[in-house]
Amino acid sequence: MKARVFVSLKSTVLDPQGQTVCSALHGLGHQGIASVRQGKFFDIAIADGVTREQAQREIETIAHEVLANPVIEEYQVELLD
Amino acid sequence: MKFGVIVFPGSNCDHDAFYATSAVLGQKAEYIWHDSHTLGSVDAVILPGGFAYGDYLRCGAIAKFSPVMQAVKRFAGEGGLVLGVCNGFQILVEAGLLPGALIRNAGLKFVCRDVHLRVETVNSPFTNAAEKGEILRVPIAHGEGCYYADDRTLDELQAEDRIAFRYLDNPNGSLRDIAGVLSRQRNVMGMMPHPERAAEPLMGSTDGLTVFESMLRVAQAARPGAPAVRA
Repeated sequence: MKARVFVSLKSTVLDPQGQTVCSALHGLGHQGIASVRQGKFFDIAIADGVTREQAQREIETIAHEVLANPVIEEYQVELLD
Repeated sequence: MKFGVIVFPGSNCDHDAFYATSAVLGQKAEYIWHDSHTLGSVDAVILPGGFAYGDYLRCGAIAKFSPVMQAVKRFAGEGGLVLGVCNGFQILVEAGLLPGALIRNAGLKFVCRDVHLRVETVNSPFTNAAEKGEILRVPIAHGEGCYYADDRTLDELQAEDRIAFRYLDNPNGSLRDIAGVLSRQRNVMGMMPHPERAAEPLMGSTDGLTVFESMLRVAQAARPGAPAVRA
């Protein structure tokens, strides 16, 4: 079993990296791009013998306490078979 | 007075903080390693600048789980003085001892230069030796120093007189030009600029000393009869 955790800045938080990527895309002629927000994701392999429920709980905890800072970031957890 | 300087793997301003408080201020100082569960008999704690545990995930994200941070939280909860500088400030917000967060500089670049700060309040153990509105010249050196908090928190900081320093010429996009903030109890302060790097004439400025002198005043007032050092 695998999990994927997406972490991105809240929409209210300035994302200068995303802005820079957006202006670079405009420079490359991609005028159809309105804005870019940058984030990251973590691919996590779950150890054998862990149930889906246990994995869900543990990954939620990890996402909230370690991988994301809830003051500035939001996250989404996906469990993949 | 005895200062405890916390040392994380990756701290790199620990010696500067030790030097400023011992050699310049004339007080006792000792290093406290990150896996220590206690702080010993210190009167104040300094979380120095650097890159604790490498800061690979997010600045301060791993440091907040260290054994010594649990001791720092207890110390702060009991009213002990805790000063976080640069990475130390990042660790304090991650640990929840101060509100808000420090994110990537608005210009994306690591900025290393002197900045001018305005002292916004002297009602704190870290600024009582300064004058309100006084301008200090202190260096910054950070890539993630843009102070962020939601509007409600920013309004609260303002209303409770908990903004310690503001930049005159905002170098990193910090909301409301905030360079340093205080906890609700006012015994914890975080600031991105480095007062320990502006502690004697050879460093180009002595303006940073006012932070340590303020802390010393508080410690001496708490222990009447303690010898006054450095007029």
